[in-house]
Amino acid sequence: MSTSASAPSSSSASSAPATAASIAAQVRAGEVRAVDVLEQHLARIDARDGEIHAFNHVMTDRARAAAAAVDAAVAAGGAVGPLAGVPIALKDNMCTHGVPTTCSSKILDDWKPPYDATVVTKLVAAGAVIIGKTNLDEFAMGSSTENSAFGPTRNPHDTSRVPGGSSGGSAAAVAAGFSPVSLGSDTGGSIRQPAALCGVVGVKPTYGYVSRYGLIAFASSLDQIGPFATDVHDAALVLDVIGGHDPQDSTSIPERHPSLVDVLDRGVEGVRIGRITDLPEGADPDVVERLEAAFEALSEAGAIIVDVEVPAFGYALTAYYLIAPAEASSNLARFDGVRFGMRVDAADTNAMYSATRAAGFGDEVKRRIMLGTYALSAGYYDAYYGRALKVRRLIHDDFARAYQQADVLLTPTSPTVAFPFGAKGDNPLAMYLCDLYTIPTNLAGHPGMSVPFGTGADGLPVGVQVLAGTLDEPTMFRVGAALERAALATAARSQS
Amino acid sequence: MSDRITTADVVKVAKLARLDLAPQEIERMTAQLDGMLEHFADMDALDLSHVVPMTQPYPLRNVMRPDVVRPGLDHDEVLAEAPRAESGRFHVPPVIGIDS
Repeated sequence: MSTSASAPSSSSASSAPATAASIAAQVRAGEVRAVDVLEQHLARIDARDGEIHAFNHVMTDRARAAAAAVDAAVAAGGAVGPLAGVPIALKDNMCTHGVPTTCSSKILDDWKPPYDATVVTKLVAAGAVIIGKTNLDEFAMGSSTENSAFGPTRNPHDTSRVPGGSSGGSAAAVAAGFSPVSLGSDTGGSIRQPAALCGVVGVKPTYGYVSRYGLIAFASSLDQIGPFATDVHDAALVLDVIGGHDPQDSTSIPERHPSLVDVLDRGVEGVRIGRITDLPEGADPDVVERLEAAFEALSEAGAIIVDVEVPAFGYALTAYYLIAPAEASSNLARFDGVRFGMRVDAADTNAMYSATRAAGFGDEVKRRIMLGTYALSAGYYDAYYGRALKVRRLIHDDFARAYQQADVLLTPTSPTVAFPFGAKGDNPLAMYLCDLYTIPTNLAGHPGMSVPFGTGADGLPVGVQVLAGTLDEPTMFRVGAALERAALATAARSQS
Repeated sequence: MSDRITTADVVKVAKLARLDLAPQEIERMTAQLDGMLEHFADMDALDLSHVVPMTQPYPLRNVMRPDVVRPGLDHDEVLAEAPRAESGRFHVPPVIGIDS
């Protein structure tokens, strides 16, 4: 199979967004200036973000200063990092020192953190230019970015449709060319599902791969930070920068991670790709068709397709929607009007807490706090939270058995392409089902990624999900790269 | 409605969660939570009697570090972002003595 180096969309001449890798190479070589790269991206944001609303906050002045510092370092012949001059957008639940960090919630409106998240420190050290903070479902709770207190983000492929969520702003920012790469957080699919709906690459690494110091917690046994990118190579490049142990996060994995950029062109000869025979139904026919095409493409590339069973997969939604809200109800107790954000005054502290939280949280956040508090409350703990933890064990063990037979598993990322605003109505469960195929991985703690693989209904992007066992990011990325090569070859054939 | 959760339960949970919910929010929340709990009953079919609960996905052990003084966050910067601060401290309304 031939490998195509340039994306099919590059026909739109010089205005076409460049990859992070190409920007960094040119900036390091002194061929382009980081400040010019930044201005191009700021101009795109200026032209179209009024419509898309990917950003809660564009950090124009700070980004200009950061880009100028990169150019100065290059001019002085100093060491510049692997992301030199690369603009990057951050989901607005990652702390940026002195810059508003809102979680798209009224309760944190205009709160400015007194420190940087570890991912911010690492990106800046690598020469990246942080361009802004992106919109999300409030506190990362949702699958459409409709739950933002500051209004929804629109899908750049069709602005009448959602970008997915909860990291919808970060996915849309990359899809719209506002930044070549961005970061999101994934608790039950919040990177992979919006990546699929926006036609970009999105990765949730192994639990503990990336430090969460400075990530505002939603569900601590599930949350993980990961990249969005226009191609698999850029995703690997960013993950190589942000991954690794951090003494500030006791859940970060101590072992060193091998470079993912280095494994991308190793191919998939002999790699065992698992087809889950008892995968829960619910995916639309156009999505299933793309998944089948992905199996075929990998088979043609030399991979071996094997059938596996993951019987507990179908119970993941229940386990997740008890465990994640339970952890959220505890984590979100800190938003009480005392130390940060807004306060509604009242005569005593208890009345102040209750009034502040009622006014500051949106409907979905309240619903999850209530569900979690109920699942943890005396008399119901064993029946709900306790049983959910046992189901989590079953899911973990079923995956472990599957990974003895297969190196990676392939599933749809999202059951559908991007859906219109309001399509899920006032039915929380209908929205929760968007994460049917992404949630089990979070419960197991394994890595997963979504790779664009053609289009489905109405010409909208479809993503295929690649899942792997603990810390097997290298194999997952090799398969992701192979899928990307196949998708580019198909696109090139249909254009010629 | 399956009556898995009652309005009285929701009122109690809202109090535990420190959420001042309006009566119509209580009604809507009761119906929505009831629907979810009905869906979650799918796991009742599983025999979990011999399954060990899984609380976190990676086998990490407690991390210890030397007990030495290190720089922390800037005191004034932290307090500047609080809804109300006074004399170098967070200011809150009375904790006891009003609502008993």
